[in-house]
Amino acid sequence: MPSFKEIWQYRELCYFLAWRDIRVRYKQTALGAAWAVIQPFMTMVVFSLIFGLLARLPSEGVPYPIFAYTALVPWSYFQNTLTQISNSMVLGRDLIGKVYFPRILIPVAALLSGLLDFGISFAVLLVLMLYYGILPTLNAFFLPILLLLAIVTSLGVGLWLATLNVMYRDVAFVAPFLVQFWLFATPIAYPSSLVPARWRIWYGLNPMTGVVEGFRSAMLGTGTISLPTFVVSGIISVLLLVTGLVYFKHYEQTFADRI
Amino acid sequence: MTVPSIHVENLGKLYQIGERDSYRTLRDTIVRSFQGSHSKSDEHIWALRDVSFDVYEGEVVGCIGSNGAGKSTLLKLLSRITEPTEGSFELRGVVSSLLDIGVGFHPELTGRENIFLSGAILGMKKREITRKFNEIVEFSELKRFIDTPIKHYSTGMWVRLGFAVAAHLESEILLVDEVLSAGDAAFQKKCLGKIDETTGQGRTVLMVSHNLKAITDLCEKCLWIDHGRIVRKGSTQEIIAAYLESTQPQRTTGKIESDMHENPSADVLFRQVMLLNGNDQRVEKIFFGETLRMMIQFEVVRPVSELRIAVGLERHQDATTVAVVHNDDDPSSSLYNLQSGMYSLRVETKIPLSPGGYSINLEVKPEPGILRAGGNWNVVRRAIDFRVEEFTKQGAGVAKVDGVIRPSSKWALTGEHSQ
Repeated sequence: MPSFKEIWQYRELCYFLAWRDIRVRYKQTALGAAWAVIQPFMTMVVFSLIFGLLARLPSEGVPYPIFAYTALVPWSYFQNTLTQISNSMVLGRDLIGKVYFPRILIPVAALLSGLLDFGISFAVLLVLMLYYGILPTLNAFFLPILLLLAIVTSLGVGLWLATLNVMYRDVAFVAPFLVQFWLFATPIAYPSSLVPARWRIWYGLNPMTGVVEGFRSAMLGTGTISLPTFVVSGIISVLLLVTGLVYFKHYEQTFADRI
Repeated sequence: MTVPSIHVENLGKLYQIGERDSYRTLRDTIVRSFQGSHSKSDEHIWALRDVSFDVYEGEVVGCIGSNGAGKSTLLKLLSRITEPTEGSFELRGVVSSLLDIGVGFHPELTGRENIFLSGAILGMKKREITRKFNEIVEFSELKRFIDTPIKHYSTGMWVRLGFAVAAHLESEILLVDEVLSAGDAAFQKKCLGKIDETTGQGRTVLMVSHNLKAITDLCEKCLWIDHGRIVRKGSTQEIIAAYLESTQPQRTTGKIESDMHENPSADVLFRQVMLLNGNDQRVEKIFFGETLRMMIQFEVVRPVSELRIAVGLERHQDATTVAVVHNDDDPSSSLYNLQSGMYSLRVETKIPLSPGGYSINLEVKPEPGILRAGGNWNVVRRAIDFRVEEFTKQGAGVAKVDGVIRPSSKWALTGEHSQ
């Protein structure tokens, strides 16, 4: 496991790396912060057309667009940070080969900088809810925990992929497939009630199921946060994080020689 | 006896060449596991072995050696960028390492933003950077451009900004790798002054350099590393003299041992350089005033869209770079869109070098775009040695001190003035 004391000592650098990510992204792109909204919003539009209008998937009593968008807010955060983390060691090779700092700061910085986009897309969610006249439920107090679950899952899987990426560059090609597959294995375009009951247990093994269902329950009041699903999701994501940390730490010192 | 600031004991680093050359793909691993042959054909190389030395507080120690000798590996180990295979080391005090200039710079960010970013990456606290900010800007002489994204900076400006940040680090131990080779002469001088000033404050410095002049000026002690081992350590004067002597008689074939080890990702590698006379025969010396003709062989490992090559002439006597010629100097030289393969390049230049011993240094930069400090240039130091001889005995020993060049000059007695 990495030394948490050391990471704490380097916290300022972590903040600077996150700040750099944000500055650079907003300087390089013409639309800047708008991308934080465009990505989940356009996905929502496409989903609404295909799954809502054409396939007529049920959306648990709320309008389909907000049903999909509520799930896409945490999902986009997860997807973006996961992709960024899995490439972070390879893209950061200049830094890694030239100066020492705990390498895990780079993935952690990605999690931090992603929070800004999350905040913006979440604000848009509130606007949409106002438009549809939907009020959040008391479960909204669980949102920080749900976000934490997404962060832990993203970091856990991200560390595995980032480390593997240093050794096998194939990972750069595998990651987008994985994310796409994962998107449909998570109840984003459809409600989890569509999944046959005997598969639900397995379904809970996907921590993002807990996150997405939780977000809907908190914001839209659809369904309930099923405690067993949530506990299973939590255990799985912590397991992913712990093994990811150990795996990452084990190879951390050899990154400079391999990339 | 006090405790050393840097204590290194039997340090060794083993590299697996096969693994370093290119990354593995999953396919390779799968194929290998099916073949069932776990015989590692990968070659192992000790980049560094049995290295032990101590540096005491306030000492400035230089480290010299030819390309691939292991100097940079040593600094990478001490900087904790990579782990030693065997042995151990101990550093007492706050350490900063400068393996490159402008580490962490991002081209899209402004000079101001990069000062904070690079400072933080080099280990400074935000408070510290804020406090020294004005001083850093002043040192860099870039006040007017401080809010310009540095992608618009010239190489020189980039280097100045990078060094300005580095010069204001307040560590007790400083590890420096060849950072002074970048930048213009005036700024180099300023940097040397700054290092000199800070070492006066009891800072311990270990610096690697090809610039023997800088080592002589700054370091009282010196390590000489060759093939990963310490050949000698002692006073700088003694070590540099021994080093120059040992390297002079060799290097006449001009064959360049694969420098893959130092540059695993190099797109272009030099293979051989030869000195030619007027009849295209290989020679080891030229006569004073004769055109310098060279044949450079290089291999393009991966196709490149544009190639810049520089040939430097270095005088042995004081390790001064006398002249550098670039392929850009000749507009007709077309080094564009080269496919993989071996190439030969003929270079001719007329330069009236004073008689004496010289080396040819080769540098190549495969990608186009702005030239940046350090990093991108693949350098071969002392690829070949040669001598410039007096053509006739008459000129020899005319003056007590020889200049670096002896241009042709016209002398005429214009009249006799009787007193």
